[in-house]
Amino acid sequence: MKTLKILTLVFTLLILSCGGGEEKKESSKVKLKTQTTEKKTAVKKTTTKASETIDLTNKGVGPITSVTLGAEIDQAMATKGAEIYKKMCTACHKPTKKFIGPAPIGVLSRRTPEWIMNMILDPEDMVAKDPLAKKLLMEFNGSPMANQNLSEEEARAVLEYFRTLK
Amino acid sequence: MKNIFKISVGFLIIAIAATSCNNSDSSKSKGALSSSAAEQVYVAPGEHDEFYAFLSGGFSGQLSVYGLPSGRLFKVIPVFSQDAEKAYGYNEETKPMLMTSFGEIPWGDAHHPDISQTNGVLDGRWIFINENNTPRIARIDLTTFETVEIIEIPNTAGNHSSSYVTDNTEYVIAGTRFSVPVPQRDMSIKDYKGNFKGALSFLKVDPDSGQMDLSFQILMPGFDYDKAHPGRGKSDGWFFYTTYNTEEANTLLEVNASQNDKDFIAAVNWKKAEEYIKAGKFKTMPAKYAHNIYNDETHSATTTWGTSVKVLDPAECPGLVYFLPTPKSPHGCDVDPTGEYIVGSGKLAASLTVHSFTKMLDAIKNEKFAGEAYGIPILNFEDVLAGTVEQPGLGPLHTEFDNKGNAYTTFFISSEVVKWKLGTWEILDRQPAFYSPGHLMIPGGNSQKPFGKYLVSLNKITKDRYLPTGPEVCQSAQLFDISGDKMKLLLDFPTIGEPHYAAGIPANLIAPKSKKIFKLADNKHPFATTSDADARVERDGNNVHIYMTTIRSHFNPDNIEGVKVGDKVYFHVTNLEQDYDVPHGVSMIGANTSEVLIMPGQTETFVWYPKQVGVWPFYCTDFCSALHQEMQGYIRVSPKNSNIELSWGLGED
Repeated sequence: MKTLKILTLVFTLLILSCGGGEEKKESSKVKLKTQTTEKKTAVKKTTTKASETIDLTNKGVGPITSVTLGAEIDQAMATKGAEIYKKMCTACHKPTKKFIGPAPIGVLSRRTPEWIMNMILDPEDMVAKDPLAKKLLMEFNGSPMANQNLSEEEARAVLEYFRTLK
Repeated sequence: MKNIFKISVGFLIIAIAATSCNNSDSSKSKGALSSSAAEQVYVAPGEHDEFYAFLSGGFSGQLSVYGLPSGRLFKVIPVFSQDAEKAYGYNEETKPMLMTSFGEIPWGDAHHPDISQTNGVLDGRWIFINENNTPRIARIDLTTFETVEIIEIPNTAGNHSSSYVTDNTEYVIAGTRFSVPVPQRDMSIKDYKGNFKGALSFLKVDPDSGQMDLSFQILMPGFDYDKAHPGRGKSDGWFFYTTYNTEEANTLLEVNASQNDKDFIAAVNWKKAEEYIKAGKFKTMPAKYAHNIYNDETHSATTTWGTSVKVLDPAECPGLVYFLPTPKSPHGCDVDPTGEYIVGSGKLAASLTVHSFTKMLDAIKNEKFAGEAYGIPILNFEDVLAGTVEQPGLGPLHTEFDNKGNAYTTFFISSEVVKWKLGTWEILDRQPAFYSPGHLMIPGGNSQKPFGKYLVSLNKITKDRYLPTGPEVCQSAQLFDISGDKMKLLLDFPTIGEPHYAAGIPANLIAPKSKKIFKLADNKHPFATTSDADARVERDGNNVHIYMTTIRSHFNPDNIEGVKVGDKVYFHVTNLEQDYDVPHGVSMIGANTSEVLIMPGQTETFVWYPKQVGVWPFYCTDFCSALHQEMQGYIRVSPKNSNIELSWGLGED
């Protein structure tokens, strides 16, 4: 029964992502569009999107099991993180706006630091084993998160940079 | 139900009968053997081969990479010929690799790969290969499996006695097969004799970078220099070359170059040559040659021009060269792992000739000369002979060695591989090859440390061995197990081009060093876009430069307007991926060139000439993710006189 539920969820998400949504405007000539929009709103009432789900206990799957955040933001580290982010991440992630992948703004209020770093360092394993990462993949059109081969230190700096996004 | 059951049982019985019948059939012939041969070459799905084999692609101009014992093809490394699949010779970065003093040449004839060595043992750093037609030597980096250097060889024609390395890769050598006027000049072909010269070139290899430098040439008499082998161990410091056409015929060589009872193996003391160079005993000759080097940081090749070469005349350099008489038109010139024996495979001789290095040194020391040719001393055949392998077969071509004191020689005419013992010269085994083998290869079999488990016979004729494919049939190699007393044929496998020679090496000497990605941080390509924020389009007169990035699964920018008919549009595409095995490809409708295939962290450039007004698409040519089909973009092409400004974007409304 449980599997059935998950299956249904995945399926509906699939339909939802197929609809695409934001790219298509009213001017679209494809007639089916209004139908999928209706479905979308119907689904929206019953489920929370993976990107909006808050889970502050799940540490994810990967090399990071524990991260301690300082009380204050380490500005030097955050600056370094911003540089790395600009070079390695912006092709898919805009800081404050959904792009190919979700925007990192406010991610620390939705995810644990460990989960974030694991997603950066080992996206393949996360997407295969972490339920939330799996759902995110579906929500973002099955577009895989690229492993940019960051070191743990670099990923930690990017995390510090995320703390500055407001 | 019952009936079905009965029928099934019936079928089962018939099936068993049929199977057992087959079994008894095959066990009578070669069943047991063939099943174990299958097991020996079977590499289970997902498992790796024990050896890499690099087979020359002959007239394809390339170098192919196979696994042994499976005979599976992994990669064709483009070397001397353009390769649209990899954009080699098509993209702006690699075009200079094919530059020569004759201009850009899209094709070459690749012959003899040889892996770099340290202390006479394969070190797996680089592999060298020669181009016969327009004389060149290439170096392939075995961390990237890409051609990183090609140097043209001046004063040379038919670069065949090439490209072998000395014990410590001090030199890779190149020798001319066809003698020519040096320097080239307008003269009658009939005046060949005494006037044409054969250049033997020594290219110094930088021990750290591997970069080659044309150090010097020895200008030899106008014979054909066919094959070569460096001394090993005790004979390190010498190089041996087979010669034919010592008759110096210039026409109908088929007959006229087969008159002499004996030709020569030329023994060249390259350490002595170094001394003469140091002492200034050389002439400097003008010579124009291209030297093309690919840089892994700029992801680009550049051509520089050599303008002269140092030349030694052996007649003026005593002790530099000696001739060892060798019957008859020898092809292979092979030195055993100890360095003592030099095997000359006289193509038209009834027996195999083996010279002794020790005896050669004695004869030189005692100045026992039989005569001289163009000032080069000729030693007595009997004085240097170590032994002969009597009646081994017909048409010996090439010999390699195992690590147990055995030699293996191919026989082209009698179509076989013959195993014989060094020192006793007795024949231990012979196995037919299908058909007419040229070279053979044992991993490490031309070094001091052969890995005597497998032998690959590189065959010249295939005939009926495979399903026919029209008049042109596939080229072929055969794998033998040589671990036991008798050689055992394990496998036939097709090859590309004509596999003249090959080099093999245990996989564990190369695989761990194989590069997975290029680091974006190290990308120094002048048109790289290493940060997505820098993606842009710039106009410089009629030239439009698109600084484009790719990542799964989009291009940035993917909509471009303001391009005009008559422009020259450069796509400089940087792959921002930093993960293993995620290349992106790209091409543009109507581009008069190949796609580019960009490895993670790499930048490549192709040129497109917009010729027609309209909106034209480009797309990713290498399936990169589930959204690969979505990886596409458009360029608007306006009339030449249009005043639409350049604009570009990605994901904007």
